[in-house]
Amino acid sequence: MADIRFQVHRFNPETDEKPYYQEYQFTPLEGSTVLDCLNYIKWHLDDTLAYRMSCRSAICGSCAMRVNGHAKLVCQTQVKNVVRPDGTVRIDPVGNMPVLKDLIADMHGFWTKMQAVKPYLMPTQPPPSANQEYLQLPEAFRLFEEEATCIMCGACVSDCTSLESDKQFLGPAALAKAYRFSADTRDGRRHERLEELIERGGMWDCVRCNECVQTCPKTVAPMEAILKLRQMALKERLTDSIGARHVTVFTDIVGRRGILDERELPVRSLGFNPVKLLGMAPVALQSVLKGKIRPLEPPHKVKGVEDVQRIHREMEDGS
Amino acid sequence: MPTHDVVIVGSGLAGMRAALEVCQGASVAIVSKVHPVRSHSGAAQGGIAAALGNMPPERTAKIQARIENGAVLPDEELNEDSILLHWFDICKGGDYLVDQDAAQMTAENAPTLIYQYERWGAAFSRLPNGKIAQRPFGGHQAPRACYAADRTGHALLHCLWEQVMKRSDQVTVYSEWIVLDLIIRDNICRGLVVWDLNTGRLETVHTKAVIFATGGYGRAFSITTNAFANTGDGIAIAYRNGVPLMDMEFVQFHPTGLYRLGILLSEGARGEGAYLINGEGERFMHRYAPTLLEKGPRDIVARAEMMEIMEGRGGGPKKDYIYLDLRHLPAELVRTRLPQISDLVTKFVGIDWSKELIPIQPAAHYSMGGIPTTLQGEVILDAQETLVKGLYAAGECSCVSVHGANRLGVNSLLEATVTGWAAGRAALAHSQQAELAPLPADATASAEAEVKGILENEGTESVADLRKTLQEAMTEKCGVFRDADHLKQCLETVKDLQHRFHNVHIRDKGQVFNTALQEAIELGHMLDFAETIVEGALARQESRGAHARLEYFDLKTAAGVRDDENWLKHTLAYRDGDGVRLDYKPVRIFKFKPIARKY
Repeated sequence: MADIRFQVHRFNPETDEKPYYQEYQFTPLEGSTVLDCLNYIKWHLDDTLAYRMSCRSAICGSCAMRVNGHAKLVCQTQVKNVVRPDGTVRIDPVGNMPVLKDLIADMHGFWTKMQAVKPYLMPTQPPPSANQEYLQLPEAFRLFEEEATCIMCGACVSDCTSLESDKQFLGPAALAKAYRFSADTRDGRRHERLEELIERGGMWDCVRCNECVQTCPKTVAPMEAILKLRQMALKERLTDSIGARHVTVFTDIVGRRGILDERELPVRSLGFNPVKLLGMAPVALQSVLKGKIRPLEPPHKVKGVEDVQRIHREMEDGS
Repeated sequence: MPTHDVVIVGSGLAGMRAALEVCQGASVAIVSKVHPVRSHSGAAQGGIAAALGNMPPERTAKIQARIENGAVLPDEELNEDSILLHWFDICKGGDYLVDQDAAQMTAENAPTLIYQYERWGAAFSRLPNGKIAQRPFGGHQAPRACYAADRTGHALLHCLWEQVMKRSDQVTVYSEWIVLDLIIRDNICRGLVVWDLNTGRLETVHTKAVIFATGGYGRAFSITTNAFANTGDGIAIAYRNGVPLMDMEFVQFHPTGLYRLGILLSEGARGEGAYLINGEGERFMHRYAPTLLEKGPRDIVARAEMMEIMEGRGGGPKKDYIYLDLRHLPAELVRTRLPQISDLVTKFVGIDWSKELIPIQPAAHYSMGGIPTTLQGEVILDAQETLVKGLYAAGECSCVSVHGANRLGVNSLLEATVTGWAAGRAALAHSQQAELAPLPADATASAEAEVKGILENEGTESVADLRKTLQEAMTEKCGVFRDADHLKQCLETVKDLQHRFHNVHIRDKGQVFNTALQEAIELGHMLDFAETIVEGALARQESRGAHARLEYFDLKTAAGVRDDENWLKHTLAYRDGDGVRLDYKPVRIFKFKPIARKY
């Protein structure tokens, strides 16, 4: 392996006004992970570098950091796979969280949001008799098996684009956890949980960019869990939210006309709420100027709308 | 000053399980150097033992063998798993250095406590009939490992954390606080001195009871499955405060750590049918455990691997490792029951398990020894069981002693759970009748001196160098096989390192997240207790369980020479000036008579 230049995010709140990058250059041993390299820096070059790590086998979730801009568990990231063509590797703390020092982020907000989804089993059925468990068939267990592998490393939260622009969003980790319990046959409070999660900051505020699915070091696929939460909410007739109306209206319009009418969608999604509608005005104006919305065109159906409606029906029947 | 009725140090299975008991009637705080879900309990893979009997009775043909092995079991107990059989397996697995009342308590409480996890929502794998799935495990005569794929520790740790979050108004959690000292005066534990890693502040915590649940000490060895956090802090702090350490020479080496890295590959792999193969491509376990083969207990399998290597039958250019073979296992089985290890193998060594052999070697894994306690987790000071009032220990840092000379797989999560539960109940009861004992004026003196001594030291020794020397000496000279010469050399190294530690230097002088200072403190801990491991091993002139002395071992028959007449006793190691003083304590044996341990 050749020399690698590690550009490491440094910030010491006791002495630094703002963060900076410090460069460390050396040749890592063959097979080194990024964590091995950080440890080499700490143990041989500069013991002032601070970061979290513990199990070094991808189960404790301590060492999520951004490597070249994307969150990873550095303990399971082979350095040879992340060296850039110019021989550098950039290491930053996880995003969407304040930095305490160097590569250590403040996860307080992460835990507050986790706590907000009531991340624990709330059974309502009587417990099984003394020497017995709740019975749960393997197929029922599989409904949440993957989501239950979450190690709460914060990688998904780091790279979540919705959170970047909306600090109120609960985020992928907390919502995946909410799904994990909503899908558990032993839980008795699914409806109450879902009722809270259709509110502002909840399941409908994900923009489905798929970053969290890409970045999750386990098999949680948080966005998929969020989509499953939405399906659950609709099935439980929790439709009184902008997001739910958006989905239903969207489907309704496309079902009728085979094409989306951007004039009708926001009005019906937001409900007749003058303040919110006024808030949409700049977007609407932009859309008109760009030709996405044609205000003067009468509503119409696309050619071959019968085919669209057939597909629509088949999908409805299938679900 | 934070004041709580009970303060628990450590947030793994033992610590959080204890907190869930204490919070039912007293104010409780958990102090942990990592956030609770980062605790090393989460790394346990294979399962948690309990005689639930969910699997149909297997291998009834083995019944006769059990009787020949000395199990005194009534016929009706032999048809399926039972608490009695679990109890017996623990005692035999521990090579009879097990306190049989502790093993009884563990086996008896296992089912109830596992059903409790399940009621709290733990994500157990399931059988087709909906019951908790169970599988075979080394040294257990029935399939009694309840599991959540190969991430059982993770499932249970997160389950407990969920329950702690549910009671966040009752349980205070101080994350990234490092305990430096216990405040014990007149044999009464009054509190703790902690160092807040977030701010660099020293804090005194005033309390009626302290429960140490600080985990094991695998990091004293160079090849280990343990997390960086497993530096035996609680064990060292108790030792410095006059508490003896019990049976420290018994360190379990896990047979399947990834070569050089030590990363754990679950025994569940062998439980599901994986083979061990030597450098010549031969399955060799028939020479060492003719009946159980790869499913033999860990000490026997680890020694078998070392003997293959010693006799030149290892794999690789240096012939210094063994192979784990999963190639014949069905892909579906690996996907559903061993997903984590197949992922680890791919990511850490770039191996396709379905086509290639996985290089493995024994890795320091579990500390059978630790802080001696009663069945209720009360810390004892001597062979007469004098108590330190208000001080408790649970989990891997404690030694009750349920595992004796060797722990069986899937009994560690169980032990952490049972001892955490028991210590929590006892500490709760104590705190309900005890008063807060006043703190002495010099409560923080020794901790302050320790921190200052490192921060202001302008010496020349590096923490990383000293630590590496210690770890290599321990693995090479106090490892799977030991002998007097190497142990003496190891002891010299440890003494030398203790001396050089007085001259240690760190560059970081800051207050916020000074992890260089943290590593120095942890090294100080390891240097202290490492001496008790070596001294205990040097004194114990026999082979028993995980402690194998070459002078008392027949390499031809692969059998250790156990000396019940002289050595069927627990070691107690006291700090004495600059050295260690050894004493011994009888083993409580009342149910199963010690017999030869064969598998």
